[in-house]
Amino acid sequence: MIRASILLAAILLAGPALAAGPDLGAVQQQATNWPAIGMFMFFVLFTLGITYKAAMGTKSAADFYAAGGGISAGTNSLAIAGDYMSAASFLGISGLVYTSGFDGLIYSTGFLVGWPIVLFLIAERLRNLGKFTFADVASFRLDQTSIRIISATGTLVVVAFYLIAQMVGAGKLIQLLFGLPYLYAVVIVGVLMIVYVAFGGMKATTWVQVIKACLLLGGATFMAGAVLYKYGFNPEKLFASAVATHPKGDAIMAPGGLVSNPIEAISLGVGLMFGTAGLPHILMRFFTVSDAQAARKSVFYATGLIGYFYILTFIIGFGGIALLMSDPTYFKLGPAGAFDKLKDMLGGTNMVAVNLANAVGGPYFLGFISAVAFATILAVVAGLTLAGASAVSHDLYAQVIARGRTTDAREVNLSKIAAVVIGIVAIYLGYVFENQNVAFMVGLAFSVAASCNFPVLAMSILWRGTTTWGALLGGLVGLVSAVTMVVLSKAVWVVTLGHAMAIFPYDNPALFSMPLAFATIYVVSTLDKSRRADRERAAFEAQFVRSETGIGASGAHAH
Amino acid sequence: MSVTTRGLDGRPAPGAPRPSTLEPGSLNDRVVKSPVFQQLVRERTGFGLILTGLMLVVYFGFIGLIAFDKELLAVKVGGTASLGLFMGVGVILFAFLLTGLYVVRANTRYDALSAELKRSLGQ
Repeated sequence: MIRASILLAAILLAGPALAAGPDLGAVQQQATNWPAIGMFMFFVLFTLGITYKAAMGTKSAADFYAAGGGISAGTNSLAIAGDYMSAASFLGISGLVYTSGFDGLIYSTGFLVGWPIVLFLIAERLRNLGKFTFADVASFRLDQTSIRIISATGTLVVVAFYLIAQMVGAGKLIQLLFGLPYLYAVVIVGVLMIVYVAFGGMKATTWVQVIKACLLLGGATFMAGAVLYKYGFNPEKLFASAVATHPKGDAIMAPGGLVSNPIEAISLGVGLMFGTAGLPHILMRFFTVSDAQAARKSVFYATGLIGYFYILTFIIGFGGIALLMSDPTYFKLGPAGAFDKLKDMLGGTNMVAVNLANAVGGPYFLGFISAVAFATILAVVAGLTLAGASAVSHDLYAQVIARGRTTDAREVNLSKIAAVVIGIVAIYLGYVFENQNVAFMVGLAFSVAASCNFPVLAMSILWRGTTTWGALLGGLVGLVSAVTMVVLSKAVWVVTLGHAMAIFPYDNPALFSMPLAFATIYVVSTLDKSRRADRERAAFEAQFVRSETGIGASGAHAH
Repeated sequence: MSVTTRGLDGRPAPGAPRPSTLEPGSLNDRVVKSPVFQQLVRERTGFGLILTGLMLVVYFGFIGLIAFDKELLAVKVGGTASLGLFMGVGVILFAFLLTGLYVVRANTRYDALSAELKRSLGQ
């Protein structure tokens, strides 16, 4: 019965794709991959079932935004890891390891080292002070209207850039993996994320993340295990084989050209590290657990899971070098069967992990990994949509427009409408940006998170002197400077806009924009002599007690 | 007491005057003056800052070596694996260990201090 319905659904899904196939760039599009589509349909039906169940149990605003605060530390850690492990990091980093070896590890470490910072400075205080969004925390003792506007703006900008990158990535990936046309892929992703978020809220989104995290970790573990198995579980043999096969030879074991400019490297590091502590969809997860202890444990487990995942992608990248590079079946062959090991991989170097799945596990495992990659994108965009919808309904509507005079039910309804609108906008942007270079957008999302959200949040929690004017102007300066510097950098100014020379010399702005935001908050707050500023500084004491002890914090089940 | 119960759930309209000092004898006032609270905050903040500092030094040290001393990272340790590879994996393990260290200390020391504080307040 289930089999039949999956098959039926798969046919329905693929039918128009087959019909529209020939006129939509047949060069790029692969043959329709039935095992992958079948497994993906199974994932979709299963998660829609969960969404239905979650929708039945979602009654209050606390259910919708924070899953009723009843998520356990273990579950939350999987959900955090699920939110953080995007298809870009799975496919992109293993592809980077494949082409450059060691350099891939630089990204892996950068993405991980933000987590200890989140734990030591943010996680428990966030749980103690907040309710649904990080703006709740930042505006705890500051002016509701101003701080929610700047926090919601930071949130929406981060969500928008992140979403565009994910949507375009999804379209391209699905074209390759499933043989579906780009636009169908983008529409499927958009519609499914609307359904998850609008009907199931945080509960459904959390469980989609958990399932996806388990699938991704399981699949990656199997792949890395299979690679190591071929080398007698001796990494040294794997590395030796990779060095012998790779055209760069021994150079793949040492730092290469990725970090040529120290300033650039440090700026990238600052953006990745502190951006993690300012990603709105990640920060929201701390409100789904019952208390500070659970928040703390979930970061610890999540750090372990994410670190483990990055070590797996590293092994997978090296496995790709050792097992795929000398096998012509994975390459586009030129005349006389010649191919470039680094450039001619079928589907591009981002497909290393996918091709490796075929090499170690056959076509069904290839289908499984393809389905997992799709599920990964779907889960990440659902998390982003929920964060964006919450910023619109809980921060902008309920506090700024309705000034707190609204009901839970109206707020949640507006959030659902916002989720639908964000989904439609995301589909549209995915369509518009199809042929644009969006590689810089995830970096930009992290830079804005590090330069606007993180300074506003950290200063309002940790520094007594922070005033509304300071936080507002500091956040604004961080946001505007990060975006401006990226627009003036090579990725946008030269590559996208076609100018000859970049005005801002670095690709990553965080090293400059983040300190600028902190300095602005400090200076403006210090100069702020208004009566409101005095009240806000005096109110720090009460906030401090609650952030440090949890006394008075909103309980787990605020129904 | 009015200060603690206000919070996010039942907040007065924005712009309403907030009390400029803690009411003497109020719960918050008693917490702030409690030696247990002061010790908890001092220990936890200090420990958090030390661990944050360690993480920054280790990570940016690693990035600094990549930028300034590529030869060192290319040095072979064992057969094929380089020192840089061990350091990169080491940074990942170090980050995980630091979070573990913090959680162990928080679960034992800080939770005990918190419990003591709440007992002393009669909660």
